[in-house]
Amino acid sequence: MMKFRFRRQGNDPQREKIKQELFAFNKTVEHGFPHQPSSLAFDPRLQIMAIGTKSGAVKIYGAPGVEFTGLHKDTAAVTQIQFLPAQGRLLSLLDDNSIHLWELVGGAPREVGGARREPTVGLQEVRSYCLPGRPGIENCSTSRVTVLLLLGSCDLLCVGTEGGGVHFLDLPRLSLRENQSLLQDQVIQSLPDDYRCGKSLGPVESLQEHPQQPGVILIGYSRGLVVLWDLSTRHVDHVFLGKQQLESLVWERSGKSFVSSHNDGGYSVWAVTSGNPYTQQPVSSTIPYGPFPCKAISKILLRTTVSGAPMLLYSGGMPRASYGDRHCLTVQQDKEHVTLDFTSRVIDFFTIHSVEREQEFDEPSAVVVLLDEELVVVDLHTPGWPTLPTPYLAPLHSSAITCSCHVSSVPPKLWDRVGQCLNQMYLFWPICGGKNLAPSAKQQELLLTGHEDGTVRFWDASGVALTPIYKLSTAGVFHTDCDPVGCFDPYSDDPRLGIQKITLCKYSNKLVVAGTAGQVLILALSDERSDHQVEVSVVDLLQDREGFTWKGHGRLDPRARPGPFPPGFQPQLLVQCMPPASVTAVTLHAEWHLVAFGTSHGFGLFDYQRRSAVLARCTLHPNDSLAMEGPLSRVKSLKKSLRQSFRRIRKSRVSGKKRPVPTTMPTSKVQEANAALAEQEDVAPVQRRIEPRSADDSLSGVVRCLCFADTFLRDGTHHGPTLWAGTNSGSVYAYALEVPGGGAGSSVEALLGKEIQLMHRAPVVWICVLDGRGRPLPEPYEASRDLAAAPDMSTAHSVLIASEEQLKVFSLPKVSAKTKFKLTAHEGCRVRRVALVALSSAVQEDYSEHTLVCLTNLGDMHLFNVPALRPQVRYDCIRKEDISGIASCVFTKTGQGFYLISPSEYERFSLSAKVITEPLCSLQLDRPLEHASASDGPTAQPRANGTHKNQTDQAEDLQSGLSSPAQDSPLDSPLSFADLTLDSTGELTVEDVRDFLTTVDEVENNMRNIKEEEGRTAGILIN
Amino acid sequence: MILSAVLQPDNTMSRHQQRTPFKLPQNVVEVKSKFDAEYRRFALKRSGAGSFQEFYRLLQSVHHIPGTDLMLGYADIHGDLLPINNDDNFQKAVSSANPLLRIILTRKEDEPIVFATNSLQRRKKGLGLTGLRPNASGSTHQKNKPGLMIGLPQDFRQISSIIDVDILPESHRRVRLHKHGTRKPLGFYIRDGVSVRVTPQGVEKVPGVFISRLVRGGLAESTGLLGVNDEILEVNGIDVAGKSLDQVTDMMVANSHNLIVTVKPANQRNNVLPRGSKVSAGNASLGSGSTGSALSCDSPSPVSHSNPITASDSIAEGYSEEEDDDGDLIIENDNLSTYIPHNLHSSNNGNYSRDSLGRLGSVASSAPLAHSASMPSSFVTSTSDTSMTTVNQNGSPAHTASSSSQESMREDGNSITL
Repeated sequence: MMKFRFRRQGNDPQREKIKQELFAFNKTVEHGFPHQPSSLAFDPRLQIMAIGTKSGAVKIYGAPGVEFTGLHKDTAAVTQIQFLPAQGRLLSLLDDNSIHLWELVGGAPREVGGARREPTVGLQEVRSYCLPGRPGIENCSTSRVTVLLLLGSCDLLCVGTEGGGVHFLDLPRLSLRENQSLLQDQVIQSLPDDYRCGKSLGPVESLQEHPQQPGVILIGYSRGLVVLWDLSTRHVDHVFLGKQQLESLVWERSGKSFVSSHNDGGYSVWAVTSGNPYTQQPVSSTIPYGPFPCKAISKILLRTTVSGAPMLLYSGGMPRASYGDRHCLTVQQDKEHVTLDFTSRVIDFFTIHSVEREQEFDEPSAVVVLLDEELVVVDLHTPGWPTLPTPYLAPLHSSAITCSCHVSSVPPKLWDRVGQCLNQMYLFWPICGGKNLAPSAKQQELLLTGHEDGTVRFWDASGVALTPIYKLSTAGVFHTDCDPVGCFDPYSDDPRLGIQKITLCKYSNKLVVAGTAGQVLILALSDERSDHQVEVSVVDLLQDREGFTWKGHGRLDPRARPGPFPPGFQPQLLVQCMPPASVTAVTLHAEWHLVAFGTSHGFGLFDYQRRSAVLARCTLHPNDSLAMEGPLSRVKSLKKSLRQSFRRIRKSRVSGKKRPVPTTMPTSKVQEANAALAEQEDVAPVQRRIEPRSADDSLSGVVRCLCFADTFLRDGTHHGPTLWAGTNSGSVYAYALEVPGGGAGSSVEALLGKEIQLMHRAPVVWICVLDGRGRPLPEPYEASRDLAAAPDMSTAHSVLIASEEQLKVFSLPKVSAKTKFKLTAHEGCRVRRVALVALSSAVQEDYSEHTLVCLTNLGDMHLFNVPALRPQVRYDCIRKEDISGIASCVFTKTGQGFYLISPSEYERFSLSAKVITEPLCSLQLDRPLEHASASDGPTAQPRANGTHKNQTDQAEDLQSGLSSPAQDSPLDSPLSFADLTLDSTGELTVEDVRDFLTTVDEVENNMRNIKEEEGRTAGILIN
Repeated sequence: MILSAVLQPDNTMSRHQQRTPFKLPQNVVEVKSKFDAEYRRFALKRSGAGSFQEFYRLLQSVHHIPGTDLMLGYADIHGDLLPINNDDNFQKAVSSANPLLRIILTRKEDEPIVFATNSLQRRKKGLGLTGLRPNASGSTHQKNKPGLMIGLPQDFRQISSIIDVDILPESHRRVRLHKHGTRKPLGFYIRDGVSVRVTPQGVEKVPGVFISRLVRGGLAESTGLLGVNDEILEVNGIDVAGKSLDQVTDMMVANSHNLIVTVKPANQRNNVLPRGSKVSAGNASLGSGSTGSALSCDSPSPVSHSNPITASDSIAEGYSEEEDDDGDLIIENDNLSTYIPHNLHSSNNGNYSRDSLGRLGSVASSAPLAHSASMPSSFVTSTSDTSMTTVNQNGSPAHTASSSSQESMREDGNSITL
C-alpha cells in the first residue's frame, strides 16, 4: 500500500514482438446451417452451390472444406442468386431491389504474427446496380425486380419487374440497355382482343431461356399469359393464352414443350408449335392433389430421363384444407409419386443433372432442397430416392443446443470407435466443386453439443466442415412418451431431458452427461449392442437442511426394463441429484473413478467404480429463499413484477393529470408515508441499484464450477487428490481426497480442507490449479501414461480462482493471495467464460505460452499471462447484446473457440497466430483469377447482424493482425501502468492508517498461523 | 427535562453520591460526568430524560461551572466517543446507557474533540493516549492551532469524506463512502442521461451517468454529499466516459466496499473552495502538489482531462501483489479460523486495551485513584504525547475517554472530590 511502483509494461519491444507472434484474433469460419436462408443457386459447371440469407450474406459451398462467404453492405434479404456458370461470378438480387455482381478473387498473401499464410480465394462484390424507377411515377413497385434470367451466353441479364416490364442489362458491366426494354404495352398489342379486356398482365413471374435456341426467352406473366420472345428480332414469336394465375415455368429439354405451374395447385403442359402464333389451351392440365382446393405450386421442374417417363418435381400444391400447412415437395415419375413432407418451409430447390448440350436427357442424379432450417439432398439415382447425409450445413439446432464441449487432440483409438458407431458414409456428395487446399488436420478435434431433447451430438471439428459423426440419445434411459421423428425437431418432448453439462475423458472413453432434472449419466464406449439395466444412485444434496420444499420439476423416472443400447456410448450408471434441480457443474476424473457434480443446492462426489457416494455438501445459504423453494418461486417475483408494471402504467396514466398537492392535514401522515412508499416502488426503467453483494443474495448456493487436481492442500510436502468447488456467492470449498489404489475394500474419502470466502462475493466462474512453473496440471491419465509433461511437483503450487469480478492466484497449501486482477473494478465488465489455453508462437517452433482467456459480458476477450495475471491483449469478439452467443462460447486448448451466432450456426474464431482453421480452397475457373490488391481491397464490410464476417477482407485482417495487439490492448490506457497502490500519495486518511495497521496485524496473524501449522501434523489439519 | 425525584441541582448532590448502582431501579440512568479531573455522579430518569438544553444546564450546575461554554461527549457501548449537542443524540445517549452513562465535558475553546468511529479504540491502539485533552495541563503541550477553526464533525461515525479537494476543479466533488461497519445500504441508484459539456467548439451533448435516486435512510443520503442528478465522472479513479450504465454499475458494485465516486453535483452552490492542502482535519490529502485549484470552475470538462495527476494517482492497477482492502476469508477445516477479520479486530482491540491498561496501571498504581483523578490523566498525556505526534500524521489529535472507561470499574463507589 505504501509502495510506489510504476510499471510500464507496454513498451518492451521484445515482449511486443512475442505477443504479435502469439496472439492474433480471427473469425475464421461459420459452422452449421445459415440462419434464415432466403435463396439458393447452383452452378452445374463448377458444381458449387450458393445460399443467400436474410441478413445479406452469400455463402458458396462446394466439396467439403470448400467455402466462400460474402456479405452485402446492406442488411437486406438475398432474394435471388444466379451463377454465371464456370466463371466464379454470381449475381444476387436483394430485397431492396439492388442487383450485385460478385466475383471470386485471389487474396493477397498475408502475414499473421510474422508467419506467412497461403493466399486464399475469396468472394468479393464487384459492382451493383439498382433499376431506376419510371420517371414521374412515385410508386417504384413497378420497377421492383421479380425475376432474373441470365442468358446462356452470360453477357445479358434479363430482369422481370412487378410492372410487367422486362429489362436487359449487359454483363459484366451491369449497364441497362436503354430503349430495349420490353414493356407490357408492346406485348398487349400482339394479343387478341378478347384476351386483353383492359386489364394489366401483372408482374413478370418467370423468365426462361429456350434450351435449344439461344436468344429466345419465355416470359410468364402473373395473369397467366406466357409469351415466347425473340431477343434478336425483338418480336413476339408465340403467345400462350393461359387463364390461370401463373407461378413458374420450366422448359422441357428439347424445347418442344414447357410446363407452367399455377396458383390453384395445378400444372399445365404446353406444346410449342410453329404454326398458329396463338395457343389457347395447354396440351394437358393437371391438379395433382385435387379435386378439392389446393395451394399454389410455387416452383416446378421437369427433368427427362433415359428410362422414359420424365421426372416432375414441384413444391406446394397440397390440398388447402387438410395439408395446407405442410411444407412439401413432390417428386413424380411415371407411377412413382413421393411427397417429401418437411418440417420447415421450402425456400428453393434444384436438381443436379447433366447440362451438356449433346446429352439427350437431363438424367437428374439428385435434388437439393433448401429449407428454412436445413438442407436436404435426395438421391434420385438410388431406387426409393433416399436422402443423403450432408457432410456440412448440418442443422446444429435440430433440437436447441443447450451446451457444448470441445475435446482437442482426440486419440485415434477413440476417434475410430466413435466413427464406427454411425453408419453414415459420405461417399456420394453431388456438390463437389472446388478443391480443399487446407492441410489435413494434425489432430482430430471433437465438438460435443448437448441438446434440449437429451441428445449429445459428436461433430468432427477438425476442419472447416463441421461433420456429424455420432449421435447419442439419453432419452432411452428414462421413461418418456415417444420418440421424435425427423431431423429438425423444434419441440422437445420433455424439457427435463435437456443436457446441461458434458465432460469426456478421451483416454478412458468415459463420458459424463448431466441434465436439467439433476440426472448425471456416466457412459462408457462399447462396440457391442447391449441390453443391460442402468444402475441408479440417488444423492441428496440438501443434507437434511431444514425448511426446504422443492417446488420445481420432478426427477425423470428411469426406465424399468433394460433398454437396448446401440453400439457407442452406453449408460452405465445414473446418479440422480435430489432435489432434481438442473446440474450446473460437472467434472470427471477417470483415473480416480470419480465424478463431481453441482446444482443450485450443493455438490456431490461419486465413486463410480465402487458405486458409492463419497460426499454431498449443501451450499445453500439459510436466507436464500429462491433456491430453497425451487424455480417455481420465480412465479412470485413475476407476480410482483407484474404488479409493479401495472402500477407503473397506472401511474403514467395519472401523471398526465395534475396530482393534487397533499395538504398537511394531521391525518394525512399515513397517506404521505404510503405515497412515499409508492414512490419508492416506482422504479424508473433504466435505473441501476448500487449495492454491494450480500451473503443472502438469491441463488447464492449455485455451484458454478468444480475441479479435480493433484496438488498440495494439506501441507507443502505431501500432495494428493483434491476437489475444488466454487459457488455463486464467492465461496470456494477445497476437499482433500483419499483415493485408495485399486483395492475394492477401502473407499474414497473426502475431507474439507479449506473454505475460502471471496470478500467481493462475486460468483466463482472457474478454478484451476497451477503447478510450480505456473502451468495447468495435466488431464487425468496424461501424466501417468506419459502423454504430457509431468507437472512440477517440486515447487509450490497455486490455485487460480476466477470470479465474475476478479482473477486471483492463491498460493498453496497456505491459501494466500499472490496476484490478482480486478477486471470489473477497472473495465466495468464481468467475466463470463474463462479458459487456460496454450498459444504457440507462429514463428518460433517450440515456443508457447499458457494464456488465460476471459470472455466478458461485453463480448470482448481479455488475454492474461499466468500466473502474473498481466493483461496482454484485448479483442472485441461478440456483440454484447448477443447473450446467447456469449453464453455458448467454448474454447479449445490451442486457442480457438466456438460460439453460436444463430441457433443453427457456430462461429469459429482463433486467438492464436499459429492455429487457425479456415477455408483454404481453389476453384477451376474459366477466367484467370484476379488478385485483390491490398490497396483497393474491400474495406471493412458491415456485418449483417454483427455476426457474419466477410472472408475476403484479408487486407483488413492483415492490418488488424499486426496492429491489434498494440491498438486494442488496455496498455494504452493509464490503467495499465499505474499501480494498484490506490492513491498512495493522494490521500492518507485515518482510515488508511487503520487499514494499514490491520494488514500488518493480518500478516502477523498469518505468520503465527504458519508457525502453528508447522507444528501440527497433516492428519490433524485435515480432519 | 424530567429529572429523577432525588436530583435537584446543587443541594441534592450529597444524597445521590452515596448511592450504589445496584440499588438503581431499571428506569433510572446513572450518569457520571467528567470535567477536567472532576467527576460527578447523578441519576436521570430513563424515560423522559428531557431536552438537551436542560441537561446542559444541569451539568453546568452540577459541576459548578455556570457560564462556561461546554462541549458534551459520551462514551457509547462500542467505546466510541460521541458528541451530545442536540436533543436527538442526547436521547440516544440516554437510551444506550447501560447501566452507566459516561459524560465527558470539555471547554469549547479547547481543542475540539474528534468524534469518530473507533475514536476511543484507535487511541488505545497506539496513537497515544492523548484523548480528551485535560485542558489545564494539556494545552501547554499543544502546538498552536492554525487560525482556521474547524467545526465539529456532524456524524457519529465516519461514513463518508470529501477527498482530493485541492486537486479537483471546484465544480467537481470526490466522495468516499465507507461501507464497512455499517448495516446501512449504500442506497443509491444511477441512470443514463445526457450531459452538456462546454468545449471550444461550443456546447456538446454527451451521454453521461447520473444519480437517479437516493434511498431514504441509506448511506448515500445520510452523507449529504451525493444528490439526485449529480453526474458521475469517475469511479475509484476510472473515468466512466464511454462506459455503459451497466458497466458503471458493475464497477461501482465491485468497488462497493470502498467506493470513491467523483461527481459533478447538480447543485453547484455548496462547492468547497480549494484552499491549498489544508482542507479538513480528517481528510486532507497529503502532498500531491497539483495545480487543480488553478482550473476554472466553469469548465465542465471531464476530470481526467483537467486533472491527469489525479487520474493516474488514484487509478488502481488491476494486478497487484499487495493485499489491499479485500482480504478473502479463508477457513481451515479444523474450525480453527486462521483469519477472520471481525474476530481479529476485536481481539486486537483487546490486546491494545490491555496494553494501554498496563501502561496506565503503572502510572495509576503510584497515584491511587481515590486521591485525585487529575494526576494520572496528566501523566498519561505527557507520556503519550510524543507517540501521538509521530503516529497521528493527520495532525488531528484523537481524543479519549479511555482513562475514565478503563478505570470506571475501580472507581465505582469512590467519592468524588469536590
